[in-house]
Amino acid sequence: MAYSDKVVDHFNNPRNMGSFKKDEEGVGTGMVGAPECGDVMKLQIKVQNDMIVDAKFKTFGCGSAIASSSLATEWLKGKTIEEAQKIKNTDIVQELNLPPVKIHCSVLAEDAIKAALADYQKKADGILTDAK
Amino acid sequence: MKLPIFLDNHSTTPMDPRVLETMLPYFVEKFGNAASRNHAFGWAAEEAVESARKQIAKLIKADPKEIVFTSGATESDNLAIKGVVEMYKEKGDHIITSSTEHRAVLDTVKVLEGKGKATATYLPVDKFGMVRPEDVRNAITEKTILISVMLANNEIGTINPVKEIGKIAKEKGILFHCDATQGVGKIPVDVQDMGIDLMSFTSHKMYGPKGVGALYVRKKNPRVRITAQMDGGGHERGMRSGTLPVPLIVGFGKACELCEQEMAKDAARLIAMRDRLEASIMKALEESYLNGHPTNRLPGNLNISFAYVEGESLLMGMKDIALSSGSACTSATLEPSYVLRALGVGTELAHSSIRFGLGRFNTDDEIDYTIKKVIEIVTKLREMSPLYEMAKEGVDLKSVQWAAH
Repeated sequence: MAYSDKVVDHFNNPRNMGSFKKDEEGVGTGMVGAPECGDVMKLQIKVQNDMIVDAKFKTFGCGSAIASSSLATEWLKGKTIEEAQKIKNTDIVQELNLPPVKIHCSVLAEDAIKAALADYQKKADGILTDAK
Repeated sequence: MKLPIFLDNHSTTPMDPRVLETMLPYFVEKFGNAASRNHAFGWAAEEAVESARKQIAKLIKADPKEIVFTSGATESDNLAIKGVVEMYKEKGDHIITSSTEHRAVLDTVKVLEGKGKATATYLPVDKFGMVRPEDVRNAITEKTILISVMLANNEIGTINPVKEIGKIAKEKGILFHCDATQGVGKIPVDVQDMGIDLMSFTSHKMYGPKGVGALYVRKKNPRVRITAQMDGGGHERGMRSGTLPVPLIVGFGKACELCEQEMAKDAARLIAMRDRLEASIMKALEESYLNGHPTNRLPGNLNISFAYVEGESLLMGMKDIALSSGSACTSATLEPSYVLRALGVGTELAHSSIRFGLGRFNTDDEIDYTIKKVIEIVTKLREMSPLYEMAKEGVDLKSVQWAAH
């Protein structure tokens, strides 16, 4: 199967690859997938004043999975929480020109974004509750 | 050294230039139909076919009359299994085969089962991928008419104890078919000594042209009969009709002759290169696991799982080396390799496997390059892998509740 140039570019030069400390303030972590299925994505966001100021990923999976998560971190940076909620897997499919068999990679990336946002929200709510 | 490098010699092999040379006159100049009995064009073609038949038979210690030409090993497997099931249906309908056979055998048996023409037992294999002869013996029933076990596996290279299985088959009076596609031309094969009654093999896995293969059909002790699956002019003693592809057969014959003459030398060279590749990779990369038998395997085969990285991404990172993987993403079925699963290799490690297939034309420079690239890409992808990170932090990945999708 031939990969699109964008997938190859993200694979060869992954953006924002790495990790934040999970307990760091403002960090939300999403981990989705399973090793038996052949792909696991970890996506992290760092939020300040409702704005995603940084994002990182680590992915176990095929080239398209790596590219999808790399692209997701690029898109997340500079977005508000609300804007980030609106990222759809179909946007990723379109941008990376993913073939039908690789659509699940984009679904996984969307799930990872949602999971990271939810984790951040949970932590933020927790802090608020504590403050009360 | 020229890129890309071809290290996928189990899928096919490049044709030996010496083979091509022998084929060339049979396209334009000596184009006759080997079945034309009344003129010089036909005689020339027939002579060429019979000479190739001898070269092929010699490689497997058979009689030339026992060679039936087909389009390849898939057709040979179909002809052998379907042909026996139809011919011996009065005797019984039970087939014994193994779970790591090639799809050409497994699917053929499944189709026969589905049509109610056969019942089947799929034997498990040990952790190295070997069929246990005792399991074969224990699976035999009064209805068993055929045992079909491969010589060497196409993914892990493990060589089966074919001679022991042949002995059991003979003792019980059951026909023994062996899919020897990966083994013929690479390791010594002797259909007498191994007690094989039917054997499938193909030209393009042994530096010959694609599109031609053979089925060995034993002529005496016992005389094996099969029902033809292709009807027509009654070629190949009625077992396989269809005009013979003379240039391909000539090439197949030459390929067999070369394999016979150069097998020992080729094997020694391949084993040395393969062992060096294996040792260098295993030494540099922790948690790399060999799949298959450590010693009893094909000279050019090496199959390794690299924990925490996925196979397709490994292949993508080594674009200038042609390899294959047991990962689901590289298979048509989107399932990880059933061969590795049958060995008891965990699904996650099956996704992480790479098959190296070395052949006659690979060089030491290419192996050096491959070693360097593999170490580079596995290291890079592990840095990118959340699983590797967790393992390094001491998390037991088996204890994690994954959200399977």
